[in-house]
Amino acid sequence: MSEVIVITSGKGGVGKTTTTANLGTGLAQLNKKVVLIDTDIGLRNLDVVLGLENRIVYNLVDVVEGNCRIKQALIKDKKYPELYLLPSAQTRDKSSVSPEQMKILVEELKDEFDYIILDCPAGIEQGFKNAIASADRAIVVTNPEVSAIRDADRIVGLLEANGINKIDLIVNKIRMDMVKRGDMMSIDDVVDILAINLIGAVPDDENIVISTNRGEPVAGTDSRAGKAYMNIVRRIMGEDIPLENLDVNIGFWTKLSGLFKKN
Amino acid sequence: MGLFDIFNKKKASSNVAKDRLKLLLVSDRSNCNPEIMEQIKNDIIAVISKYMEIDLEGLDIQITQTDSDGPNGKVPALYANIPIKEVKH
Repeated sequence: MSEVIVITSGKGGVGKTTTTANLGTGLAQLNKKVVLIDTDIGLRNLDVVLGLENRIVYNLVDVVEGNCRIKQALIKDKKYPELYLLPSAQTRDKSSVSPEQMKILVEELKDEFDYIILDCPAGIEQGFKNAIASADRAIVVTNPEVSAIRDADRIVGLLEANGINKIDLIVNKIRMDMVKRGDMMSIDDVVDILAINLIGAVPDDENIVISTNRGEPVAGTDSRAGKAYMNIVRRIMGEDIPLENLDVNIGFWTKLSGLFKKN
Repeated sequence: MGLFDIFNKKKASSNVAKDRLKLLLVSDRSNCNPEIMEQIKNDIIAVISKYMEIDLEGLDIQITQTDSDGPNGKVPALYANIPIKEVKH
């Protein structure tokens, strides 16, 4: 049985593509056969995050238009032979593909893969409709910010209106030091406002920038974000993993000032 | 609130964000955009002005949340605070 998951957010820049790359990498590490589909036609990015940009020959639009077979467009990951990418087209626009065509494409991929993960573009227009058309479940990525949460709420409403009822939340780029100061909403605050199931939280970790520089996702590495992504992967697979402690190692002075703040 | 917060009366920005979002989402979810709110406000003013003179400066109309006995817990509510200057006879 394969599962089709769309990674979406509404707002841009919250970490959809990074999340897609890391969840795919993590699932492949646990011996699942995974295909990641970049549905952001015109603004191709997932290939770069995975470090596969030099291997692209055919893309999503080529497959849909019948210029090639699906197998010819799929790119095998450098490190994990069970992980594949179906890249988006860079020189076309969102209207090149329809939701019906996406459904047919995904249906064909179901025979081959355990997980089909769709990286959704920002916005709620054609690209969003294409990405959610064939999804069994959705993971909404948000940041602890007013604008990102507002958009996430709108996305949840649209997903439900389109019959996708299994919706999980990832709170990304959380900074525990700011949460403690009262300058950032906590994970609980965000979950409380959006009222959907939390599947994980990922700390704002500079290793993400470094890993994107190199084109090697962090999932499975010893970094804080890497561990957080791996736990989300296990939760996606149905394991019951408690939410990890995201606190950074606290220095002596922070602890000391903390003594005065508690009551 | 810690000892040092006595000198720092400003509300934590995370709480400000939370409060703003809660209100924002109530109006988003109820599909009430600012234009519709403006129309509702003008209609209410027109109706009430037939019977009394109201203070337009102090007028406050917004969508908020209220507790309900129903299964949903909180439901959207139209809140209107309309100060009256004089009742027409």
